[in-house]
Amino acid sequence: MEKFEPKIVCFLCQWCTYAGADLAGTSRLKYPPNGIAIKTLCSSRVDPQHILMAFKEGCDGVFIGGCHPGDCHYQSGNYKTLRKSMLLKRTLEQFGIDPERFHLEWISASEGKKFQTAMNDFTERIRRLGPLPKVGIELE
Amino acid sequence: MNKPKIGFYWCASCGGCEEAIVDLHEKILDVVEKVDIVFWPCAMDFKYSDVENMKDGEMAVCFINGAIRTDEQEHMAKLLRQKAQLIVSFGACSQIGGIPGLGNFWDRETIFRSSYLDKCPSIDNPQNTIPLKECEVPEGKLTLPGFHDDVKATDQVIEVDYYLPGCSPAPHLTLNAIMTILRGELPAKGSVLGPSKALCDTCPRNDTKPEKLSIKEFKRVSEVMLDPEKCFLTQGVICMGPVTRSGCGDDGEGRCIKANMPCRGCYGPIDGVIDVGAKMISAIGSIAGLDGEEEIPEAMTKRLMDSIVDPAGLFYRFSLAKSLLGRRTMPQRNKEQ
Repeated sequence: MEKFEPKIVCFLCQWCTYAGADLAGTSRLKYPPNGIAIKTLCSSRVDPQHILMAFKEGCDGVFIGGCHPGDCHYQSGNYKTLRKSMLLKRTLEQFGIDPERFHLEWISASEGKKFQTAMNDFTERIRRLGPLPKVGIELE
Repeated sequence: MNKPKIGFYWCASCGGCEEAIVDLHEKILDVVEKVDIVFWPCAMDFKYSDVENMKDGEMAVCFINGAIRTDEQEHMAKLLRQKAQLIVSFGACSQIGGIPGLGNFWDRETIFRSSYLDKCPSIDNPQNTIPLKECEVPEGKLTLPGFHDDVKATDQVIEVDYYLPGCSPAPHLTLNAIMTILRGELPAKGSVLGPSKALCDTCPRNDTKPEKLSIKEFKRVSEVMLDPEKCFLTQGVICMGPVTRSGCGDDGEGRCIKANMPCRGCYGPIDGVIDVGAKMISAIGSIAGLDGEEEIPEAMTKRLMDSIVDPAGLFYRFSLAKSLLGRRTMPQRNKEQ
């Protein structure tokens, strides 16, 4: 059987995690190419609608990277992200989607190594969980 | 000149939307004066064959309420689409799935099991009978419409021209919609025939909401004596007002709000919102434990967020069928009945 390659969308805050991902790149740190990075102004700019849409369109996992608590460029966006994701995880579970498929991590601009580890771990986790069964109701 | 013909039909609904039409009271006479009602199974004696015998597009407009759950409802929706020039999706169940849409957290098999087979005092079914599409009895063959796994909103089955929101739609919106259509002042196809503002915008309690709203503790309506004038969210009670369309109640000031109950979202999303539940998660995430958020340990934040009971059932109370995910994912769903 062909090896399952997870499709992962990563919403990365441009001030911290996206810069951290850049650092991982310029430091030539290797990590799996499954995650597609989308730069957002802030982790809290990611609307839960975006995440649900990703799952609906066939993503196997969604990753959000934001600034460490206290470091948000907009002062408090990441606290909101944290609370939204806590609620979203429970909602996903009720929708029959394993909440482990959604992950929030704080990665600063200087933590290229942490970004690499996070990508390795998350991709491995989604690989273990397998492809997301088709979501949504069947329309003609 | 012949009067335009209109029809009303119900699918998976409680009958409240039919009641909402009767609630036009004497104004229904203004409507009846201008139109011929040619199909209304709840109130008048018409047969399906009467509809089948109509010419295509013979009805000027048909109002369909209720969600679509069975073969029969699906067949009728398709037939009415063929016979009517305009289809108005009437009420929450038809527009966004409504309360029947909550069935999408389960499937046919689990629903039949809990309704007919589970051992509980309200079920007396020694022969374990469950509904079948066909069944042989000594007198011959009996049939029932098939029961689907998914509850669908009307526009997930047929093309819909307009939507009238609400559980049930407020009579003034209904009358306004009928008269607008009869005058031929047709709004853009796909319009929701209601105000586009959020309920919070028109809520009489809006002034009591502080500039910076922070919820320390979530409470259910049964756990608190609700202040009849204060914003529900400031009292720690979740109200769907921020994401829900306004227009309910006779004066458009909020039907539940006036009865001192928080909004549950029956008027559906405001313009620009796709998924009411996701937007509500966003809204709650922004105001829960806002005061001193830098100092609150993560475990305490988690406790606060976990104190919201049944988030999916609460945030998608009326809109599950039309939400982005639409239903609970059940990989082993049994396809055939």
